[in-house]
Amino acid sequence: MNLNITEMSACQLKDFSRRYILSLTLEELQTVRDHFKEKGRQPTRLELECIAQTWSEHCNHKTMTGRVEYTENGNTKTYGNLLKETVFKPLESMDTGHCLSVFKDNAGIIKFTPGWGIAMKAETHNHPSAIEPYGGAATGVGGVIRDILGAGLGAKPVMNIDVFCFGDLDTPHSEIPEGVLHPRRVFRGVVKGVRDYSNRMGIPTSSGAIIFDEKYLYNPLVYCGTIGVIPEKCVDKQVVEGDIILAVGGKTGKDGLHGATFSSVGLDGCADSGCVQIGDPITEKQFADILLKLRDENLYNAVTDCGAGGFSSAVGEMGRETGAVVNLEKVTLKQKDMEPWEIFLSESQERMVLSVPGEKIERVRYLLESEDVGFAEIGKFGGGKLKVYYEDKLECELDMDFLHGGYPRTVRTALWTDKESEDIFVKETGPADVLMKIFSDPNNASKEKVIRQYDHEVQGSSVIRPLEGMDQDMPQDGCVIRPLNGSSAGIAVGLGINPFYGIQDPFRMAATVAEEAVRNAVSCGGDIRRAGLMDNFCWGDTEDPEILGELVRACQGCGDASGILKIPFISGKDSLNNFYSTPSAEKMNIPGTLLVTCVAPVENVEKACRSSFTGPGNLIYLAGETLCELGYSALSRSGFCSGGEVPALRKEISQGVLEFIRKCIERGLLRSCHDLSEGGLALAFAEMCFSGTGAEIDISAFDLKGRSGCGEMWAKLFSESNSRFLIEVSPGNAAEAEALADIPLISIGRTTENGLLQVSDGAKTVIKSPADRFKKVYTEALKW
Amino acid sequence: MVKKAIVIKAPGTNNDFETARALEMAGAQASIVHINRIAAGQTRLDDFSIMVIPGGFSYGDELGAGKMFSLFLKHRFREEFEKFIKKGKLVAGICNGFQVLVKANVFPELCSPQSLTLTSNDCGTFICRWVELEVDTGKFWFKGLDCRISLPIAHAEGKFTGTGETLDDISECGLAALTYIENPNGSYKNIAGIVNRQGNVLGMMPHPERYVFSYQYPGFFRRPEEIWGIKIYRNIVKNA
Repeated sequence: MNLNITEMSACQLKDFSRRYILSLTLEELQTVRDHFKEKGRQPTRLELECIAQTWSEHCNHKTMTGRVEYTENGNTKTYGNLLKETVFKPLESMDTGHCLSVFKDNAGIIKFTPGWGIAMKAETHNHPSAIEPYGGAATGVGGVIRDILGAGLGAKPVMNIDVFCFGDLDTPHSEIPEGVLHPRRVFRGVVKGVRDYSNRMGIPTSSGAIIFDEKYLYNPLVYCGTIGVIPEKCVDKQVVEGDIILAVGGKTGKDGLHGATFSSVGLDGCADSGCVQIGDPITEKQFADILLKLRDENLYNAVTDCGAGGFSSAVGEMGRETGAVVNLEKVTLKQKDMEPWEIFLSESQERMVLSVPGEKIERVRYLLESEDVGFAEIGKFGGGKLKVYYEDKLECELDMDFLHGGYPRTVRTALWTDKESEDIFVKETGPADVLMKIFSDPNNASKEKVIRQYDHEVQGSSVIRPLEGMDQDMPQDGCVIRPLNGSSAGIAVGLGINPFYGIQDPFRMAATVAEEAVRNAVSCGGDIRRAGLMDNFCWGDTEDPEILGELVRACQGCGDASGILKIPFISGKDSLNNFYSTPSAEKMNIPGTLLVTCVAPVENVEKACRSSFTGPGNLIYLAGETLCELGYSALSRSGFCSGGEVPALRKEISQGVLEFIRKCIERGLLRSCHDLSEGGLALAFAEMCFSGTGAEIDISAFDLKGRSGCGEMWAKLFSESNSRFLIEVSPGNAAEAEALADIPLISIGRTTENGLLQVSDGAKTVIKSPADRFKKVYTEALKW
Repeated sequence: MVKKAIVIKAPGTNNDFETARALEMAGAQASIVHINRIAAGQTRLDDFSIMVIPGGFSYGDELGAGKMFSLFLKHRFREEFEKFIKKGKLVAGICNGFQVLVKANVFPELCSPQSLTLTSNDCGTFICRWVELEVDTGKFWFKGLDCRISLPIAHAEGKFTGTGETLDDISECGLAALTYIENPNGSYKNIAGIVNRQGNVLGMMPHPERYVFSYQYPGFFRRPEEIWGIKIYRNIVKNA
């Protein structure tokens, strides 16, 4: 390898970067070249790899935190730091007293019960899962669990979240391009990977979602999240100069080199599945257990996980303030023939780095040995620089300032032009058939075949599972766990994701999915006044100004929603470059996809509320306002309507409705509660009937707000307007619930004992059918 | 006197937390002990009156569910382990623990040649769900329970099977203390749990430690009056 880069021309530099998968831009390469020119020497391979990893999009998030020149409908505005000026903007004027760690550590942390915090993190593992679904998904889970173990001084993982986007499962094999795996193979492999890792780690996988759309054929998405609990006193960590750098867990091998840089470019069908690793959850479980013991004995000053970039990233980050000296020959290896840079950059799984004071190392050694957990003392923090030796040879000497701040700030261009929404047109057929068709779409069907394979009972903490009831076939809005012994407090988790809305307007999509996550958390009993949000953006090729424009819109939508909901975003991650280059160099981008997760404490799990009707004789209310918002709705995607607008988030109603639901649950006024999202009132109502309790509603009891542009019945039943809930209230509590409401709250029906699902519009019967008919389709539509 | 219970944990064990919690709630003093502590002679089984082998994936179940762990009991701690059982002390294996006990040849009695096993579910995948069970309330483990109870299962290898003779023996001698109402995994005669001939060793696939609080019950219309899981643990502690 010719490393004489100081003499290279622009063209040579570009070629050099491509050949060694450095994924650096020309400007960055020139910066590196000039840096070493100034130093009067050539870089080593290890130095180059270390810089490439640290500056990679995957590790550095230079697009989201960088400068963006954004032109919206002809007006240009420049963002100095996109994330700060959009998603975080509301933080400046918000009460964040309940937040313990915001966007700085491995995970965001909010207050839980006195003395305890909730740590949360979600990651994506898209490219690895595209080429090796089982290993890619499993190591995605393993990685995010380590993020939680490495949050503060270490949190205990108590719940996993898994959200996937796959291509159409029925895609004919003849239409699968070379180098792309069939969506069904990806689906099965990913589910098995998540199952095997989570189940073996003994962490309940209680929350998730799956989206199917042909646009994910080339580049599926795999989101993995973990929630942890952490003592408040362990939230902060600080490496101390002179501390020993202790590598803990698995050995280091050649597996997974270049993960950080490989994830920072698109897929092209040529990627080798050999660069994806197979996880070893037992090794991770062993050190997870012992790590929390070490933490409780106060035996180390800081911890972080080895993720993308391996030691380079972990030690580089930890030693940012102090510097670090690493002796690579001390690392325990899987194989002998490793180059120094390979040892430093290896992304072998199941490894973490601790910063241990010298006087405590004896005890640490003893505890790790006693449970057969591998470790190696690989160096010391201090010295101000990043120095890496192999035996006595100096392989790396980089200034921390250059490594972490030396990259050139580029200005990216983003473009957005409003899309005119078309007039709405509804193909009028029988509403019962329409509902049946919507349930038969795998996007809306039961995910039971997947859920069953995840152990959501382990740790004995489940309060509300993804499917409830003795037969566990009743879908729930969110889930609740009770993770701490001796406390009745719980954690509610709600998710929001809907890439379809983004086709028309990413701003509205972002605001809507943020509220959906919050609706799901509040409807099962989450105290959203003390909640935190996570954003996970998966986007296409942001070099394309229009695609970056969509991302800017989505960021603005998040910021807008955060302000309206008065809930801060406290953790997040972005995965850009989710595209596939066909052999004819055509770029196939995924639709911009945003997952928002809402995590909220539940004061008392006995008050947690479920989403299925509980028995006959209760009143059914619709809370909130319905507008005709059918654009890219479930109705539209099932082929029954076209045009229309996607839902907007309305400040004047959102807070009021959410707060009403929170108060009702706090006072124990609700028998059940379901938010309205995809499929609108019709779908939510039918799902509530899956408990076997019948129910009847009359949609003439409420009015549409604004113009419908189509038959009112269709809008009332299938519109996906935000800020709405269906609630079941016993007659004895009705007066109190009504008195609490300072928002539109309309009594629209009651529960019955005949098992029939009935919808009428005044005197006219719209749907009258056994609820079990819909449930059968709902249960059986998704084939494993 | 407070009864002492040992919850033995191996690499990959992951139900130790809720199992120890259930034992403590039932009045025992529970210690989670890593298998290496016993191997090193730092913890003696003889100091305990209850032994529970909890669920999880001991040693990753790489040699078959529970196999590796069972080798410790059969060889490394053989003397101590056999003495424990012969003395009439109580041993319970839950889920992976049941798989361990079956492979450690303690059913139907100590040192039987292995003629029983727990193997892959008929459906071929891991199953996590609540199931209805019929229990033999004549056994002290289940005394005072309703004869129909519900508990969660969570396993990939829960199909109880074996050689014809031993299976006949198990059902004829009334050792099948726990059966599924609806067979979830293809087990012989719906068997979900068995006891040994002496009566002091119980192995079961369902998880009683995951139903020790009323809110854990998923059927939310008619919560049962009795919390069955904790009741089983109380029986264990009472009879130890």
